[in-house]
Amino acid sequence: MSSNRAPLAATTESPWVRRLLIGTALGFLGLFLLVPLALVFVKAFEEGTAAYWAAVRTPEALSAVRLTLSAAAFAVPINLLFGLAAAWAIAKFRFSGKNLLITLIDVPFAVSPVIAGMMFVLLFGLHGWLGPWLFDHDWKVIFALPGIVLATIFVTAPMIARELLPLLQSQGSAEEEAALTLGASGWQTFTRISLPKIRWGLLYGVILCNARAMGEFGAVSVVSGHIRGLTNTLPLHVEILYNEYAFSAAFAVASLLTLLALVTLVVKSLIEWRAGLRSLR
Amino acid sequence: MAGTGIGMSQAKRPRRKVKRGNLPGFGLSMGFTLLYLSLIVLIPLSAVFLKSASLTWDAFWNVITDPRTLAAYRLSLVASLVAASVNVVFGVLVAWVLERYDFPGRRLVDAMVDLPFALPTAVAGIALASIYSGNGWLGRYLEPLGLKVAYTPLGIMVALTFIGLPFVVRTVQPVLAGLDAEIEEAAVSLGATRGQLFRRVLLPEIAPAAATGFVLAFARALGEYGSVIFIAGNLPMRSEITPLLIMIKLEQYDYAGATAIASVFLSVSFALLLTINFLTLRYNRMLPAEPVG
Repeated sequence: MSSNRAPLAATTESPWVRRLLIGTALGFLGLFLLVPLALVFVKAFEEGTAAYWAAVRTPEALSAVRLTLSAAAFAVPINLLFGLAAAWAIAKFRFSGKNLLITLIDVPFAVSPVIAGMMFVLLFGLHGWLGPWLFDHDWKVIFALPGIVLATIFVTAPMIARELLPLLQSQGSAEEEAALTLGASGWQTFTRISLPKIRWGLLYGVILCNARAMGEFGAVSVVSGHIRGLTNTLPLHVEILYNEYAFSAAFAVASLLTLLALVTLVVKSLIEWRAGLRSLR
Repeated sequence: MAGTGIGMSQAKRPRRKVKRGNLPGFGLSMGFTLLYLSLIVLIPLSAVFLKSASLTWDAFWNVITDPRTLAAYRLSLVASLVAASVNVVFGVLVAWVLERYDFPGRRLVDAMVDLPFALPTAVAGIALASIYSGNGWLGRYLEPLGLKVAYTPLGIMVALTFIGLPFVVRTVQPVLAGLDAEIEEAAVSLGATRGQLFRRVLLPEIAPAAATGFVLAFARALGEYGSVIFIAGNLPMRSEITPLLIMIKLEQYDYAGATAIASVFLSVSFALLLTINFLTLRYNRMLPAEPVG
């Protein structure tokens, strides 16, 4: 029965068809992925390396870098906590309404970023529900860091949970149950058994969440107020430079964000290669 | 599968007490999850619907049937549908090529497919606008041919195709990888041609995953803002997408108008989300169950 396991010639295409299909696929990807990627770096260095460094080191650019880093520094850890809690509750326990809960976690993916930003303006803006109260206490949320953090948290909320859920589900609970039987506490079981098993997926979720948090545009654009040097994140700074026709400066700053994206992809490939892990998204 | 017999036998069986699982931490993790979702998702979203309810029915109807609003809805729907359709065709092709053929640089190409997930949308927006504008890398060759891409609805479709590119590839790839080669060999040995094999054997396997990818790409494209506004031209009635119209209303402090447009848009998005989860549940059931433990 298993005398001839070489792939049958009839179950693969002729070399010409194969070359045509590979060519078409690579042409499509080249047009949509490679050309924009190359353009960012070519345009960034169009006016020379000196101009590039000057554009990246203006006070506005540096303050945008700082703001982007702080927003991510708040948003990613809290979404990590949420991701762990949600994935644990859904993967390890039986309860009714599970599918509803999963759908609810996905909601931020379905909401337009502009609407996401608008929600927080409606809640915390000067004419919003809590606006007058915040104004009386001199707390600024909209057009300030807290608003940017909130919008970023909302937009990236599902990312780590969605990365961890299939991992935890496929691993079952047998090893955790064994640890508990042998006298480990709940916390020990979680940190010594469950966490090590999901560490690569966790790392990828964090990195992807971070890339999205730093690159978020629409939602942050609504709540930031575009105050130069104060509430401009890196993507908003790119927009302002581009709209002022400072094209090479815009692409210079954009190249920083592009590098972040490329690092994210490299880390993802390394993790997949190391763990033989295959994630759906 | 369904039938009254199953329901009756379940009713007769003595009910055991609900057992959630053997591990600790249900109350803590579930409590935090629900609290977080309420604060970050449910309460803010309800603000949109409550604010739009501050309009009278007539005022609400006038906002959402305004010709400019209708044009924006139509453009968002059509451009997203076109982009998602392009992505189904090329996404299945790319997934096929990546799973079935070996060629130099295959792993690099595979990694690159995720670029639209990782690249900030504003960066994608200015890059695409620059490529397709009149003096851009591609625009300078396309415009003499009468094909204007930047600052037209076509440009919006290009940006939305970029944004949705990974979805179909990443939903179809695992299905292709999980297919048993023996099924194809059996079909061929029974005399199926290559075309019959694809239509009768492979397509039914791929279709549910491709449909999920299509709806995911469509839903993502509907709400997309950053990559579109630079290339769109943003002319009212012609190249103004719905998220941009909401943005414009917000900048004019017309919060009620913005929420009215948004609440209709959100309803469509939620319907799509339910469709996605329904489709995913269905094709997950069709896959062989994973061994647990």
